[in-house]
Amino acid sequence: MRTRRLTPWFYILPASVLIAFFLLYPTLRTFYLSFFDKRSIEYVGLENYSFLLTSATTRVAIRNNLLWMVVFPLTTISLGLVLAVLADKVAYERVVKSIIFMPMAISFVGAGVVWKFVYAYRATEVAQTGLLNAIVVALGGEPVGWLLQRPWLNNLCLVVIGVWIWTGFCMTAFSAAYKNIPVEIIEAARMDGATEWQLFWRITVPALKATISVMTVTMMVFALKVFDIIYVTTNGLYDTEVMANRMYKEMFLYRSKGRASAIAIFLLVTSVIIMSSNVLRQRANREQP
Amino acid sequence: MKQSGFRPGRLLLHVFLIGIACVWLIPTLGVLITSFRTSFDVAHTGWWTVFKDPLNQHFTLDSYRTVIEKRSMDRAFINSFLITVPATLIPLTIASFAAMAFAWMRFPFRLALFGFIVALVSVPLQATVIPILTAYNRLNLTGTIPGVWLVHTGYGLPLIIYFLHSFFKDLPRELFDSAAIDGASSTQILRRIVLPLSVPALASIGIFQFLWVWNDLFVALIYLGGAPKVTPLTVSLSNLVGSRGEGWELLTAAAFVSSSVPLVVFLTLQRYFVRGMLAGSIKA
Repeated sequence: MRTRRLTPWFYILPASVLIAFFLLYPTLRTFYLSFFDKRSIEYVGLENYSFLLTSATTRVAIRNNLLWMVVFPLTTISLGLVLAVLADKVAYERVVKSIIFMPMAISFVGAGVVWKFVYAYRATEVAQTGLLNAIVVALGGEPVGWLLQRPWLNNLCLVVIGVWIWTGFCMTAFSAAYKNIPVEIIEAARMDGATEWQLFWRITVPALKATISVMTVTMMVFALKVFDIIYVTTNGLYDTEVMANRMYKEMFLYRSKGRASAIAIFLLVTSVIIMSSNVLRQRANREQP
Repeated sequence: MKQSGFRPGRLLLHVFLIGIACVWLIPTLGVLITSFRTSFDVAHTGWWTVFKDPLNQHFTLDSYRTVIEKRSMDRAFINSFLITVPATLIPLTIASFAAMAFAWMRFPFRLALFGFIVALVSVPLQATVIPILTAYNRLNLTGTIPGVWLVHTGYGLPLIIYFLHSFFKDLPRELFDSAAIDGASSTQILRRIVLPLSVPALASIGIFQFLWVWNDLFVALIYLGGAPKVTPLTVSLSNLVGSRGEGWELLTAAAFVSSSVPLVVFLTLQRYFVRGMLAGSIKA
């Protein structure tokens, strides 16, 4: 297309200015501030980073983010994959998929309320109004403090909220890729007497490898940055803290720009590492003959 | 695959799928039912009593009335719109121009610049808030709705540019050539040819950005500072959850008020919604 020499620059100018002001400059500045004290006046070297790795609260947060980064992608991806394959076999596929995708429309805050209610916990003498405890009591058990019992039960219960929101998303991505597998391949394998189980592991999973790896990265990055769910349910109490919530507290509760910046840079570096590992792997796959 | 006769595998398949669908649906159903029950009922019995004893139930809209009138959810609802609509349209407009330049114009450093902008998708919001907030305090933009538009614009641009670019560049070259012969300027080509042909792409990414902003808590918490005049639904819902002593009937009603718009979008524009969500996944 023929254009005047300056036209393209006018076209990209507004976007470039905004991106420079809202992404580029603040990221560099945050990196710089992470070497200064809480009011950004005195240079403190790596002190904020050593705080991040040694303080009891941030170590709990790092542990929880690690738990999220392992359990959350594993569950959403395996469940999403199984659902994509199984829903394909039934007539009511669209209904099931819509139901499982629906939580994506509700905000994380909304989902937090929905599940806080499911987990609601009351003393033994009164009737339970939370669904899970009502079931436990009906089965003859004692009510459980789902969001109180540290460190594993409450954190896993919080991961469940994330799984409820994001499984439909993984399922939809896998479903689109699954329907692209040529029918002949699957039919031929069936003719050769392959069981559904063998089909799944030998044909479906290898064919969806690229989608699986993209989704793994997406879910891991999400697990790293998880904030809303924690903020609205436990606010990091009872050892459920995560880095993004901790950063919010450092910023607004403890007014420490230095520490908050160090946490932000930690999140940035970790997510870049996760994302670039995927790009490298894809490139390696493409270069194979 | 057409096979007849009873097969235990099929039965198991149905049990699994329907079971999962129920697990996914029941929590939301409980919230919906609770929002219509009286505060007395909610405090004393579980929502499932509605099914056990359907004849002795009282349903009411009181909770909705209370959250809307007394907890200013009406104001928050309007604020959410005032924030979300411009925070969707502004970046879409700006990104269209940039994507057009990157897809169809020749200029120095084009690929390098494009690659750099796309790479910025990986920057987490958290890495940008402290310097922006400092600048905003100086410029008196903290606690203002236009301030939030700009943040969402700057933050959304790399993804939207990337998405629109990949759509624009696949348009046939002849379109541009014949329009250029007719003497159309590049802005006319963008407005009269490229954008009308890109409606599905604009709808998908537009819906993604709309829902992203509508459901956003983090940006609103940080840049709006909690003044009721500008508080959107997500913040006002999370304040309700945080304050002790609010009954579940109010929280559930508030959750539904705040999710009503995304749910309507989901139910009416499901195809674009899903496509936009998949497109936006790298940002989330």
